[in-house]
Amino acid sequence: MAPPTSSQIKPGRTLLLLLAIIAAMGAAVVLQNAYIPKFGLDLAGGTTVTLSPETLDNKAPSQESLDRAVNIIRDRVNGQGISDAQVARASDNILIQIPGAGQEEALKLVATTAELRFRQVLAVAPAQEQPAALPSDAASPAPSGSLPAVTPSAAASPAASPAGRAVSKALQAPSPTASAEAGQGNKQGDNQQGNQQGNGKKKNAEPSPAASPLVTTQPSADPNAAADPLAGQDLSGIDPAVLQQFKDLKCSANNKGAGVLDDPTKQFAACDESGTAKYILDVAAVQGSEISTASSGLRQDTGEWVVNLDFKSAGATKWSELTNKTFNSQPPRNQIGAVLDGVVVTAPVSNGRITGGKTEISGSFTSQTATELADQLKYGALPLKFKVSSTVSVSSTLGADQLRGGLIAGGIGLVIVMLYLLLYYRGLGLVGIASLLVATVVTYLSVVVLSANAGFRLSLPHIIGLVVSIGITADSFIVYFERIRDEMKEGRRSLRTAVEVAWKRARRTILVADAVMLIAALVLYFLAVGDVAGFAFAMGLTTVIDVVVVFLFTKPLMSLVARMKFFAKGHPLSGLDAERMARTESSSTSTLQEA
Amino acid sequence: MATGLARRLYRGDIDIDFVGKRKLWYGLSIALLIISIAGLFIKPLNLGVEFTGGSVFDFTRTPGSSIEQVREVVGSAGPHQVIVQEAGPNWRVTTESLEGAQVTKVQQTVADEYKIQPNDVSTQVIGATWGGEVSTKAWIGLIFFMIAIMAYLSMAFEWRMALAAIVALVHDLVITAGVYSWSGFEVTPATMLGFLTILGYSLYDAVVVFDMIKEVTTPLKTSAKMTYTQAANNALSHTLIRSLNTSLVAILPVAAILFIGTTLLGAGVLKDLSLALFVGMLVGTYSSLCVATPILVSLKEREPQWIALAKRVAQREASEAKQASSKEKKEHAKK
Repeated sequence: MAPPTSSQIKPGRTLLLLLAIIAAMGAAVVLQNAYIPKFGLDLAGGTTVTLSPETLDNKAPSQESLDRAVNIIRDRVNGQGISDAQVARASDNILIQIPGAGQEEALKLVATTAELRFRQVLAVAPAQEQPAALPSDAASPAPSGSLPAVTPSAAASPAASPAGRAVSKALQAPSPTASAEAGQGNKQGDNQQGNQQGNGKKKNAEPSPAASPLVTTQPSADPNAAADPLAGQDLSGIDPAVLQQFKDLKCSANNKGAGVLDDPTKQFAACDESGTAKYILDVAAVQGSEISTASSGLRQDTGEWVVNLDFKSAGATKWSELTNKTFNSQPPRNQIGAVLDGVVVTAPVSNGRITGGKTEISGSFTSQTATELADQLKYGALPLKFKVSSTVSVSSTLGADQLRGGLIAGGIGLVIVMLYLLLYYRGLGLVGIASLLVATVVTYLSVVVLSANAGFRLSLPHIIGLVVSIGITADSFIVYFERIRDEMKEGRRSLRTAVEVAWKRARRTILVADAVMLIAALVLYFLAVGDVAGFAFAMGLTTVIDVVVVFLFTKPLMSLVARMKFFAKGHPLSGLDAERMARTESSSTSTLQEA
Repeated sequence: MATGLARRLYRGDIDIDFVGKRKLWYGLSIALLIISIAGLFIKPLNLGVEFTGGSVFDFTRTPGSSIEQVREVVGSAGPHQVIVQEAGPNWRVTTESLEGAQVTKVQQTVADEYKIQPNDVSTQVIGATWGGEVSTKAWIGLIFFMIAIMAYLSMAFEWRMALAAIVALVHDLVITAGVYSWSGFEVTPATMLGFLTILGYSLYDAVVVFDMIKEVTTPLKTSAKMTYTQAANNALSHTLIRSLNTSLVAILPVAAILFIGTTLLGAGVLKDLSLALFVGMLVGTYSSLCVATPILVSLKEREPQWIALAKRVAQREASEAKQASSKEKKEHAKK
């Protein structure tokens, strides 16, 4: 039994807290200028994209790989389960529907294969033809930047961040840029961040650089090598076919050969991401399928966006072998190329064996591209390569009549509930109605805020579910009201005491029941996918709102109401009058109290 | 008489022997379960295109055609599930999987209606959006859900209550599924979501009842006043009005949606969802009173401490009966 003093202060404060929560959500709604939640496919229509598989030999892809692709794409477009996107197979094609118009960009990313492979670099050259190159230029692509002495940041960052961080972008840079600048000084370490990177690379891809001191590993500087960017590099062990491929390879910013199918068991020639350098890479040593999780993040020392990778145990072993092997090789073979869909995203220099199965890759990522890549790597590579064969915007499947009908019906239902509460509980019913209204407002605001900030999309089933849940919220305060009436029946308790005593008992019941609902919602949200996950999310949301409303509104309001004469004296219309609650003499023997 | 009953209900002044009649309830429930399960085998659920995949027709949108009208035209050619969408300049109509002859018939009907060539009505087969993986994961989720609920209720209450609650839950789901199988109503994703809501609702109801039973039976252990069974039954009778109120309050909006969904709007998501909810909530209310609690009592009566209590109560009553007046005798006999 709460002492009167504390119960006098508390209810007002608690109500203020609720008011503050509602005001905060209201402010978010106003600031974001989003007053209406976003609707799902069934209500808002959306964009449908048809993806057609492309295979090397134009053979029909296997059913199994198509099914796998469907699952991966579903994860990518609806990883959180609340965006109401749908993925289906249509014979050999895959249909993706995303709610809302103008989602073509988002869908293009979904279709990328995201096949990540780590390969040892065998040789490297600037991408552009350099007819006027000086003899010494031939050697410049050699990643002299990898020498710690030449690149300050290269030396610094691995030291600052051990193991997982050892492969860093600063080290990766030693493509043409690094060597070019290295020849002129040590300043490039600072230039390697963010967007400057891309510019720097392009600029420095011009045939200017002085010979790199590193090239001494091979007797190069042969004037005849002017046209051969590979001069001075050790070409042993390179498949002649790949060498030819490499020589024919043209790279530019617009044509990087993205999406080229690379066979992991063969050597491979590829462009880098800016289209300014090209590489010959060894067979894939570690593949994207060896990655257990991926996340994006900011590197603290350089402030650039990176993708952090965790390898599975077999992958970790391979990764440690690869880093060790490259560490003990001569440049440029001490570089590891991270090849994503046929393009070298980054080619860092190995600074030693990396154990522990963690690493990070960096390139010219922005927060968006880093997040996307991490998501793609996390959900796995598509087993097939797809091209977007059509993009159409589609209308909603449900006429506006269904939404209107649902809302009107739900509204009528809630009004009937309110009338019933009023009829049955009289004055107490007013408290119930106020609680229902608060629950409705909080639900609406939560949905709008989540819709604007977390991509939550409301489909018609969600809306009906929410309306029904508001009705179920009434259960909580019926439990409470019945308790109050029990207390008053039992022992001539005053209303004020009864409200507090009943709360202690009702609170436990409500919490246990809501905990059950919350467990249900959480389990289904995390284990199921698609519609089920989205619905579970809505279910969890309403459960939380139920607790919030009962604790922060119904209870404090009851405490306040209990002070009013109308209720405390048991006015016939209060729903708490003695006559209506009294039990008849004959039945009292079998009542609970006797127990 | 009716007002008298309402009055007694309002006061919680009612004494129905839920637990004592449990053989009747068990019989009823088992009969319903058998009918439902038989239905699922004899007349499998009518699954929507979202589960089974189907046929898709595309044709140019002609001025003056509307979603409703296209739905009607295509429906007149045979398919009973027709989903119409605008797709760019076209209508896109999804139906259940059709045979070659049926496909031709739909193409012909549409061509006749909109004065285009049957060849201009393109058709393709589409897979399920709610396919194998979605269903598999939903089942896995459901299994883990039951385990988690069992674990939680075992901690919050005890394993017997957890078991009784889960049995009632499965009971509700099977009977709701049975209603769908016998009635032939289409099972769509919206229906599945309705089933999920029932899961939560059924448990909520059972938990509230069990909480009350736990409260009244805890002080019994040391006394000899009444048996567990009697106390549980009292708790049920006592909270009957609360159970009916909560059920009514939850069912009212559903009933409103079901009414509007079926009468004014015809087939659609509203009907699918609200029907599942309506049936599930009715069954859920019944099962929390007449299935969950009786099962709990059956389980509890096997516990030594409650057997001992029942003996004490019987002894007390026997000795009291000897001394007591005939009036009291009559009263105890009633119990």
